[in-house]
Amino acid sequence: MKRRTFFKVTGATGGGLILGIGLAQCAEPEVRRKVLEMPETWHEINTYLKIGNNGVVTIYSPNPEIGQNVKTSMPMIVAEELDVDWENVIVEQAGLNTEWFSRQVAGGSQSIRKEWFSLREGGAKARQMLINAAALQWQVGAANCTTENGYVIGPDKQKLSYGELADEASKLEIPEKVELKSNSAFTKIGKNHKNVDGLKIATGQPLFGIDTHREGMVYVSVMRPPAFGQKLESFDDKEAREVNGVVDIIQFGDKIAVLATSNWQAMKAKKLLKPKWSGNGLENTADHDQILMGLLDARENEPFRKDGDVDQAFAEAEEVLTRVYESPFLPHNCLEPMNFFADATGDKVELHGPIQTPAWCRSRVAKILDRPEEDIEVSMTRMGGGFGRRLYGDFSDEAAEISSIAKRPVQLLFTREDDMTAGTYRPAIKYKIEASLKDGAITAYRLSEASINSNMYGLIPNFFPAGAIPNLEVRGHKYDSNITTGAWRAPYTNFLAYAEQSFFDELADRLQKDPIDLRIELLEQAKPAAEADEKIEYSPERMQGVLKLVAEKSEYGTKASDVYQGVSAYYSHNTHVAEIADVVVENGTPRVVKVTCAVDCGILVNPIAAKNQVEGGIIDGIGHAMYGELNFDNGKPSADNFNRYRLIRNMEAPEIDVHFVDSKLDPTGLGEPSLPPAGGAVANALYRATGKRIYKQPFVKELEVLG
Amino acid sequence: MASYTLSINNQKKTVEADPDTPLLWVLRDELNLKGTKYGCGIGQCGACTVLADGNASRSCSIQMKDAEDLKITTIEGLSDNGTHPLQNAWIKHDVPQCGYCQAGQIMSAAALLKRNASPSDEEIQEAMHGNICRCGTYLRIRAAIKTAAKNA
Repeated sequence: MKRRTFFKVTGATGGGLILGIGLAQCAEPEVRRKVLEMPETWHEINTYLKIGNNGVVTIYSPNPEIGQNVKTSMPMIVAEELDVDWENVIVEQAGLNTEWFSRQVAGGSQSIRKEWFSLREGGAKARQMLINAAALQWQVGAANCTTENGYVIGPDKQKLSYGELADEASKLEIPEKVELKSNSAFTKIGKNHKNVDGLKIATGQPLFGIDTHREGMVYVSVMRPPAFGQKLESFDDKEAREVNGVVDIIQFGDKIAVLATSNWQAMKAKKLLKPKWSGNGLENTADHDQILMGLLDARENEPFRKDGDVDQAFAEAEEVLTRVYESPFLPHNCLEPMNFFADATGDKVELHGPIQTPAWCRSRVAKILDRPEEDIEVSMTRMGGGFGRRLYGDFSDEAAEISSIAKRPVQLLFTREDDMTAGTYRPAIKYKIEASLKDGAITAYRLSEASINSNMYGLIPNFFPAGAIPNLEVRGHKYDSNITTGAWRAPYTNFLAYAEQSFFDELADRLQKDPIDLRIELLEQAKPAAEADEKIEYSPERMQGVLKLVAEKSEYGTKASDVYQGVSAYYSHNTHVAEIADVVVENGTPRVVKVTCAVDCGILVNPIAAKNQVEGGIIDGIGHAMYGELNFDNGKPSADNFNRYRLIRNMEAPEIDVHFVDSKLDPTGLGEPSLPPAGGAVANALYRATGKRIYKQPFVKELEVLG
Repeated sequence: MASYTLSINNQKKTVEADPDTPLLWVLRDELNLKGTKYGCGIGQCGACTVLADGNASRSCSIQMKDAEDLKITTIEGLSDNGTHPLQNAWIKHDVPQCGYCQAGQIMSAAALLKRNASPSDEEIQEAMHGNICRCGTYLRIRAAIKTAAKNA
């Protein structure tokens, strides 16, 4: 790494451009409980951190923050190896810098897992440079020096602070290789560290994209076709232009942008536009249902996975259990609606806002504006939720295009109605699951997926029960729709896990086995295959571990007879999770009162944040399984705001008890894995309570139907 | 456009706005008080909650023409240095995930504690029903309100 080209930096506010981070990212440092005095000079040590002459350390958090708390946990890992007092650390969100950082993405629950070593190396190399600077000054061997909480300690117990050494250290070469701490030496990793933005959030500081304000910018509201498949024929903007504050109205593609001096004026004027839309062959949920049902039996595509001979096993079976599970589209409904700031009027294009994939955003905007990528600076704000919606930068692209056409800096904001109706939805999906039983064993298993626009990807077809059942087939077919779809927290598995785990619950009943015992048995059978087949990345042992832990912690099987427990276990994003939901029946209505959860995510970096993630994922999983539904009628979404779209609310959230497996293995994902098992745990508990199986989301509708 | 004199966080503020402009957008775009958030615009999510004469109110649903007589408190005016018992409790319990809804949650909780110094679990859940948290921080919100009630 050619570090010398990256700085000199002096002063807290001078760093922005020199660091290659957009101006927007030079936000004031974090206000913490202990207010830190700013140094006179800052010294860049490497791409992860700079040290002030007074010993205050700024650590850059590379990845976007969507509520998964990486802005605290990633810098913690750097601070661990740097060996510095966390109270002396300021955290700043890094802007997009692909020379410095390899993966600035909030997606796939991979931030900690993929950056575990690079973050540690960043801290350890900086520590070594400070040691080397002290050793030079003392004329001693670096190997004879050590560090202690912000100080280098020499062989004769002489001491220099990181602040005193920072200038000299910043001039030294970055070492090629450094030794990392052993896990047993961790002092920060494994200890609770509260959200670095906690105080700012609790006091309403402007942290989010929607809070962006720049001199001379205008606010933009965009009208898009109300139904998927429609085109803009023409529009009349006479009345809209008469609204106070409207500065311009422009067409781009099939959309109309209203530019005004406030958000309200832009939104108000947009309502007065008189567009003419055209388009036929608009899509309906009723048609999708029929098409997807047909695709469940399609055989055009090669199976994703095929073991043994399923058809033969089915022919020889005593019984083949067949079930179909159905789910609707889901909008993401981030509470902060999509928005972005763009200024394409100058030599550089500035993009600033909430985006999970800043590098992708930059390359797309470069193409749209026909400018080199070097001209485009992207910086990320804290995000009011992501859930996959902000992987797709349609909103940043729109902002850039509008700024370029209108020749003004713009802040684009989706209204809630825009946000819900111009989504990249979780696609509607159906699964057919079939399994054959013979002599008390499951002899074959077939999973067929029928989905809108795309099918399961990567290693999902090799998740459980791959390896556990000798004859197994996983296949998928899709229907190409013009309704835009994409990743939604725990893509595919957010629904597949419920279908599969409900199915295994039913199989356990058929086999007259306890549902946990059946899973433990199947996982035992999977061990040789998991060993031999590298595509099978789930660990039967670790899955058994979380099942046993959750059984113990939930007092499984020993609860009062009016508490009905449902089990579910699922591996996703490299993490094993088991959940048990407790349902009681109050005045004839079943209610989820508690979920106990066991998680194996390897080393726990920040326990309090990990627990928060797991709780949130379970509540999200329950909420969407119970209530989530978006349908289409003539290409139009069935809901456009929260009066017609139900999200889980405070009183519907059950008590949650989270336990982590004590592990020395490297950390794995945590932003998503607690969500997939939640729906199955609830469905299985509802079955125990009511005697009725649920095959369709949202559950609340099925409960009404089932009575 | 008309001129309105508002009482915001114990200060008089005069703004020019159309009579139908929601208080939310005046707070955010005219007075640069960005702590109050836009979530739905129809009073369904609670992100824009402020205190109006001490009551939890959705600022997206208060028009300028009705705002002049109200004594408004926003998250920025809840305490001097972020030291309101609720703010302390929010930090103690590490409530936020993304953080976007939390100002509205805190303002709803502040109104609750004003009228009921030691609310029961049911009263807390009832009072917080209008505030959506998409990240699912509900359990910590309940715990933080309990703590704040104890420390108030």
